[in-house]
Amino acid sequence: MFRDSSIIRWRNYSDRYMLEGYECTNCGKKYFEKKGMCVCGSLDFNNLSFCGKGKIVSFTKIHSGPEVFQEQTPYCVGIIDLDEGARITAQIIDSKYKDLSIGQEVEAVFRKFYKSGEKGVIHYGTKFRPKF
Amino acid sequence: MAGIIGFGAYIPKYRIKAEEIAAVQNANAEAIKRGLGLTEKSVPGKDEDTITISVEAARNALARAEINPREIGAVYVGSESHPYAVKPSSAIVAESLGVGNDYTAVDTEFACKAGSATIQINAGLVDSKMVRYGLSIGADTSQAEPGNALEYSAAAGGAAFIIGPNEEALAIIDSTCSFTSDTPDFWRRAMQPYPSHAGRFTGEPAYFKHVVGATKMLLEKTNTKIEDYTYVVFHMPNGKFPMNAAKIFGVTKEQIEPGLIVTKIGNTYSGSSLLGLACVLDIAKPGDKILMTSYGSGSGSDSFALTVTEKMVEAQDRAKKTQDYVDRKEYLTYPQYAKHMETIH
Ligand SMILES: [Zn+2]
Repeated sequence: MFRDSSIIRWRNYSDRYMLEGYECTNCGKKYFEKKGMCVCGSLDFNNLSFCGKGKIVSFTKIHSGPEVFQEQTPYCVGIIDLDEGARITAQIIDSKYKDLSIGQEVEAVFRKFYKSGEKGVIHYGTKFRPKF
Repeated sequence: MAGIIGFGAYIPKYRIKAEEIAAVQNANAEAIKRGLGLTEKSVPGKDEDTITISVEAARNALARAEINPREIGAVYVGSESHPYAVKPSSAIVAESLGVGNDYTAVDTEFACKAGSATIQINAGLVDSKMVRYGLSIGADTSQAEPGNALEYSAAAGGAAFIIGPNEEALAIIDSTCSFTSDTPDFWRRAMQPYPSHAGRFTGEPAYFKHVVGATKMLLEKTNTKIEDYTYVVFHMPNGKFPMNAAKIFGVTKEQIEPGLIVTKIGNTYSGSSLLGLACVLDIAKPGDKILMTSYGSGSGSDSFALTVTEKMVEAQDRAKKTQDYVDRKEYLTYPQYAKHMETIH
């Protein structure tokens, strides 16, 4: 479910703003989202900054998203394999759907996610665009 | 004085041609293009604003500076289109860069010179050793009332400069000075969505008086002549004003054209003269001298004399160049443009 809370989002500024993730100290597997336990069973993670380069694994076009994204529709969302190995789901911008392809190189950019109504906070974070 | 140790530009991908706007305004596109000296302008993406433009420009500047962002002690964002009336753009930009918490920040506003003024502030902080590095940004997503003449030129973009000690500089700030007065040429009252201007009054008593005043002052202060400068950048509200200012000083085409980015992307307000400077820094060679004069309505001009150092050569290729952003473009129709500018939903 889509939850619009400026405080919940604030807790995630470092990963949303700077693409920070986690690396298992045992097997080295990298995650964008914080995990309780690694696939290897380890509970110990280090913080890590992703460089923001990656490739499209899959993508789709959203015509009717959550209400707060309405002014951006239609927009593209993709699953991206970051060069360091982690996988992330994010909006892909500055490209038409027809110009995207699987395996295409993308780069991270800082963009507006959405505005909380007329008076609320503006939320920012990382999206991806075709590398140029 | 202090110097520029990193610089970066950003221009959104979208463009609208003067013809598209002229068709809606029922105007003669050829006459407009001749009159303003520009053919199209940049338009922000639906998810872009002054903050996102500032972040990408600053990330490019950081890549060139090759410093730890935590060493930045001051962050200033100058704009007339800060997304919030109350809540600093500068803190959001700093957070996104990983500056940490040990820094001072403030948003500035002085029409189109809000960014250049922060280079002076940071140079002062660096020279007095209050901070090691300071980040100065000028960026805008300029607003123009549909149907107004400003609609042809009001564009989006920005540039960022990291100011630091002169021994690390890619370009040393040899000198800077300002020429300021209370002039009612262009303004936007609180809570108003679009600016107002005084028509022809924006020329002689406003732009030219201040740009010429500050530039003359700088030439006297530095005991230099205009021909000593490899490149000259004047604020670019349109393609005509900077060319006319160039004529007054006898600036050649070779000196002015490399920084004349307005003809390709329009007037990016607080980003305008700074993007011109970024264009020139992208191609400058060690020993080149650069003169840059900004202009902000209301009114004031900040003038800078810079000398490019040997360190520039390696730094230029560490990030995307201004021209890379100029060349990346997608044209919008007027209805698409109206949606980008949120005049229709
Ligand atoms: Zn593991």
